[in-house]
Amino acid sequence: MNILTTTGIEKRFVNHLALDDVSISVPEESIYGLLGPNGAGKTTLIRIINQITGPDKGAIEFNGRPMEADDIYSIGYLPEERGLYKKMKVGEQALYFARLKGLSRHEALKRLKYWFEKMEIQGWWDKKVEELSKGMAQKIQFIVTVIHEPKLLIFDEPFSGFDPINANLIKNEILDLRKKGATVIFSTHNMSSVEEICSHITLINKAKNILSGPIDEVKKNYGSNIFGVTLKGDIDKVKGSLNSNYELISHTEEAGIVKAQVKVHKFSADNELLKQLIPVAEILGFNQAVPNMNDIFIQVVQEYNKAQNQK
Amino acid sequence: MNKILLVLEREFLTRVKKKSFIIMTILTPILFAALMIVPALIATMDDTDEKNIAVIDDAGIFEGKIPETEYLKFTFLPNIKVDDIKETFDESNYYAVLLIGKMVASSPDAVVLYSDKQPSIDITSHISRSLKNEIESQKLLSYDIENLDEILNNIKTSIRVRTIKWGKDGEAKESSTELAMGLAYILSFIVYMLIFLFGTQVMRGVIEEKSSRIVEVIISSVKPFQLMMGKILGIAAVSIVQIILWVILTFGLVTVASSLLLDKPESISNQDMITNVMDASGTAQQVPDSITSDNGFAGEMMNALSNINFTLIIGGFIFFFLGGYLLYAAMFAAVGSAVDNEADTQQLVMPITIPLILAIIVMVSGLRSPDGNISFWFSMIPFTSPIVMITRLPYGVPTWELILSGSLLIITFIIMTWLAAKIYRTGILLYGKKHSWAEMWKWIRFN
Repeated sequence: MNILTTTGIEKRFVNHLALDDVSISVPEESIYGLLGPNGAGKTTLIRIINQITGPDKGAIEFNGRPMEADDIYSIGYLPEERGLYKKMKVGEQALYFARLKGLSRHEALKRLKYWFEKMEIQGWWDKKVEELSKGMAQKIQFIVTVIHEPKLLIFDEPFSGFDPINANLIKNEILDLRKKGATVIFSTHNMSSVEEICSHITLINKAKNILSGPIDEVKKNYGSNIFGVTLKGDIDKVKGSLNSNYELISHTEEAGIVKAQVKVHKFSADNELLKQLIPVAEILGFNQAVPNMNDIFIQVVQEYNKAQNQK
Repeated sequence: MNKILLVLEREFLTRVKKKSFIIMTILTPILFAALMIVPALIATMDDTDEKNIAVIDDAGIFEGKIPETEYLKFTFLPNIKVDDIKETFDESNYYAVLLIGKMVASSPDAVVLYSDKQPSIDITSHISRSLKNEIESQKLLSYDIENLDEILNNIKTSIRVRTIKWGKDGEAKESSTELAMGLAYILSFIVYMLIFLFGTQVMRGVIEEKSSRIVEVIISSVKPFQLMMGKILGIAAVSIVQIILWVILTFGLVTVASSLLLDKPESISNQDMITNVMDASGTAQQVPDSITSDNGFAGEMMNALSNINFTLIIGGFIFFFLGGYLLYAAMFAAVGSAVDNEADTQQLVMPITIPLILAIIVMVSGLRSPDGNISFWFSMIPFTSPIVMITRLPYGVPTWELILSGSLLIITFIIMTWLAAKIYRTGILLYGKKHSWAEMWKWIRFN
């Protein structure tokens, strides 16, 4: 069951198209990564889901029915630019937001105490927000976003501004929230975090959804046609021996040992590639490369842009 | 409703706890108190140095005829020229030299006062008055009229116009046009300034929430209308608390300061006036038609002051200030929601400030004819009534006019808040450019 579905979202600003026919389906209790280069339209999509702006075209479904204005109360949203009162004390502010979200004063204080301890920031209660660093303020913002335990959480760049230790802390919190039954959508450039915690992704490039699906499938699709070969021999000879079905993507050479990555355009199950290589070089190792999200991201975006330019 | 209260509470508490609020609350009454005390204080500290003035009387008729006062002495020097005394003036103890020319009776320029300092207006007016009296009585004497002294005493008259207002119930109250005018001017100007002060605070608050993206976070928990109303009402609460503190502190300070600094029992000091005002506290005491006139001007002022209906004025002040504030605050909130930063507001604020400035202009003319046509109409139009009606209040306004003007104000402020909420709802989440009033009108129509 999908908690959120968008179909054919289009949003046009004065000078450019920010979103062009974007459809995503977010399954319940998933961690959904929205990836894409800067300016691709991720934040615009998030703002449309949060009803901050309206789409020009397209529909949004929430819990299997068209989204209504009141559905926003079931969403917790962490914007990329931090939204906190600078002159207000941390504790008062957190309490205010928690109460605005419908918690009683007593309940809010209890939960805040829990979260402040968990984030190890008990000492900040009486500090003013303007005294905090970016990362510190973001911790407060994070707590404020999740305090009322909404069903759907949307984080815009949750890891920006954090050191590795705190980024890890937030990562674990996100996993925890999912365990408790929340669905999380987040946008990021941080590919390692995507790999670690996302169950689904959507890659948006130039206003379009160019890749979508469960992360395992995405990896399988992009991993099955690239092979890593470790060999001794002349790389130019190797290159020459490959027919048009194969493409040498990259290679490194160190102390006479070459590590090459070869892409297979039309995959066949037999050892066709090895057959071609064995006559020209001594094979030390051969494996199917498991690409990381970073490679997939770069590859998919570059291919898409190339195709666009050719048009 | 609950959320409006929550927003209100935050707006109120964060503002009241600010240092600037506390400083303003303390400094303003000190300023007001100083304005009331200092003139009285200066009056009690008259120049008490004894001054000796040398007189060269070329006309030869004034010796002993210029009355001396406690601090002003005159020494007549016969057969001396001004130039002689000029050389030794520094060593002499004279404050000034008065030269009375021969032609003093016919030429007004014949009298000269020499000094190395600037003589005060008290001295010059004392001299000119004395000389004038003396010359006039000399001239009268030259007509050889019998029983002159008797006649003169007989025709001496002094006139002062007291104004007494007749109430509907036949009561006659002593009033003072000057006092009403001063009060009207000060009160309406304060309303004008407070509407501006607190109205722009609303606008700034809205811009802060918008530009720091707080709204984006908050909008999932409160409706835009609740956020706007909470802010407007919160700042209204701040303004009421501030005004009440100002009034209490000012009265307190004036009472304390005047009992410490102005302790002359006979003279009617500020303290008496204040206590009198406080005693009166609204229920104007009736003044007998035949008031004993030895009370003098100060007494008259006091009577007039105690006859001003303070409950009505303070009540009216708070009502019309609040009504005006609520009306304008809604508009300021709408402007705040349509821009990304404060620098962009100027152009949009213009249409809001025009009626306020117009009201001030009308107020000035209203001071002269508080019951005139212009004053009447502008005290009915809700955009100017908060200021113009306050101007008219100390002069007395018919009840039906008060009720009509008040109701119009309330109705307009409800409509305006409703319109502003529509603008606010759209504007608060739109970033990137400044919006014009024309665009805002579109938001109103399509929402």
